[in-house]
Amino acid sequence: MQAQKQPQANNELSFARADKSLVVRLAGDWHLRHGLPSQDLVEKQLDAAPKPTRLTFDAADLCDWDSGLLTFLLGVSELCHKRNLPADWGPLPEGVRSLIQLAEAVPEKTGARAEVSHTSFIEELGREAISYAQGLDDFLRFLGEVAISFAKLAVGKARFRRVDLMIVIQDCGANAFGIVTLVTFLVGVILAFEGAVQLQQFGASIFVADLVGIAMSRDMGAMMAAIIMAGRTGAAFAAQLGSMKVTQEIDALTTMGISPLEFLVLPRVLALFLMIPLLCVYSDCLGVAGGAFVSATMLHIPLATYIRETRHAVTLTDIFGGIFKAAVYGIIIAVAGCMRGFQCGNSSSAVGDAATEAVVTGVVYVIVACGIFAFIFNIIGI
Amino acid sequence: MAITHPSIKSTDGKHASVTTFPKDGPPPITVKNLTMAYGTFVLMKDINFTVNHGDIFIIMGGSGSGKSTLLRHMLGLIEPAKGEVWYGDFNFTKGEPEQREEMLRHFGVLYQGGALWSSMTLAENVGLPLGEFTDLSQGEIREVAALKLALVGLMGFEGYYPSQISGGMQKRAGLARAIALDPEILFFDEPSAGLDPISSRLLDDLILELRDNLGATVVVVTHELASIFAIGNNSVFLDAESKTMIAHGDPKDLLAHCTDHRVQTFLTRGGEDNKTEKSARQHG
Repeated sequence: MQAQKQPQANNELSFARADKSLVVRLAGDWHLRHGLPSQDLVEKQLDAAPKPTRLTFDAADLCDWDSGLLTFLLGVSELCHKRNLPADWGPLPEGVRSLIQLAEAVPEKTGARAEVSHTSFIEELGREAISYAQGLDDFLRFLGEVAISFAKLAVGKARFRRVDLMIVIQDCGANAFGIVTLVTFLVGVILAFEGAVQLQQFGASIFVADLVGIAMSRDMGAMMAAIIMAGRTGAAFAAQLGSMKVTQEIDALTTMGISPLEFLVLPRVLALFLMIPLLCVYSDCLGVAGGAFVSATMLHIPLATYIRETRHAVTLTDIFGGIFKAAVYGIIIAVAGCMRGFQCGNSSSAVGDAATEAVVTGVVYVIVACGIFAFIFNIIGI
Repeated sequence: MAITHPSIKSTDGKHASVTTFPKDGPPPITVKNLTMAYGTFVLMKDINFTVNHGDIFIIMGGSGSGKSTLLRHMLGLIEPAKGEVWYGDFNFTKGEPEQREEMLRHFGVLYQGGALWSSMTLAENVGLPLGEFTDLSQGEIREVAALKLALVGLMGFEGYYPSQISGGMQKRAGLARAIALDPEILFFDEPSAGLDPISSRLLDDLILELRDNLGATVVVVTHELASIFAIGNNSVFLDAESKTMIAHGDPKDLLAHCTDHRVQTFLTRGGEDNKTEKSARQHG
């Protein structure tokens, strides 16, 4: 900042007593990169008997300085304030005095400093539990509002752009084909491979077709489509709506008298509700294809035999059960994504958090719903 | 300036009355005993003011004093902890959601960053409210949208997306959208923020023009002194320390007659005895 003398290697701090004053001697270069002396040294001198009634400085040998010196002096100033000890800043360079004065111009606001709170493990656990319960409550509330919007849609009173619906349908339908193809084909391959290893031991290799067909159509097709869409589309919904919240686009809709729920959420939920069942059917087919590939290459089962066995094992109830589940998963994922987007804070990091939360919420609720379906389907004998 | 007046549909699909705030009726905006709070933290209390027909009403105060929050309360984006906001003889705070939605259609709002819908072109942004709340055909909507964009100096930019234009242009496009339905009350949140002095002055001129030609009442949140004195004829001053409003009236009168040192310090940019003034004097 200010060259005053020949630079020295490092900062030097020493103390002297003159009458009842404590003289703080500053010498050498005071740069941040050299580190700062501990405030404890000053504190010890201030508390040593006989206690000084005044503090002053000797800066005759002070050379270069930067924020390092200011930081040190601000700490000294605070020590003096605590002890009601007058300090004479006169001997310091004018720039130093001026900047210290600037730093102390606005006194610390009472209560502004964040308090560090220490919470016990039990308290933290309780807070987390309440937070999860609150999350479920928020989800159900949002789901209710979406249901009201659907009711408005049914009577033709919902306001949204049809073109937006088409764009979302394209995005979560046709544009998702690639990833769904890859993942569900591999799921079929894995199921068939694991089944083949076991079933070969009993000479029941043909039942690989039953295993893959039933697993894919009843659960895995819908589940895999849902998990892919939660990671892909649910997160995208949260990020889109979160960004819109940050840039006040959602506020702009509200203050225009347009319900953001109808305008933004309805097309997204509707699109996923319509598209996931189709992706589920596609997943079922790809999973069966994966199983057929393993059967043909590893078990040498002819394709026609595999397909005949699959047709024999899989019922329409299995297929429609899977499609029904997929539709429900679609609503869950879309609602979770949109809800997290709406709950997003007003910063760019909050958008990332919203996307993560959307995936976590979507996947967790899909798996919970899967468990509930398994229980209900078992009771009604499907 | 030729202004088209598309008639706005109410929630039941019928056409709303042309003027919601007749000149011989109650003031268009009245804020009564408003308290703004986040949870238990009270931001501002006892806010009382009236905005008259044709006013350009300035909400001013230092950074963090709650100016934008007050605007959000007035727009119903945040519910007040206490008190009410009235528009004409309608209690907006206690109103039914449908009635509030209908009232909002008589407002135009320009947000700090423009808040344009990023997935739509400028023409679609301006045309959306026209499509939703009027019986205009698609062709007519395109024409009106082009007119509104032309009014803010964006003729020819109809097909651009918000990401393709500068911040100042986004703000002007936001204004075109705000005036799409010829609102009776216009709200501006920090209109000069991020604009160069010339653009800022042009925007001030535009606000005056809109007030004079649309007959709108205007509420502006700002701390730009040049704008405050150039366009404001009524104002309220919010003080973060005392957590309430400490002055109300024409900014020029406040500068001339208000004895409160906080108001004077603000309106004189910290007073004459500040370093910037000294430096300016030293450098001629």
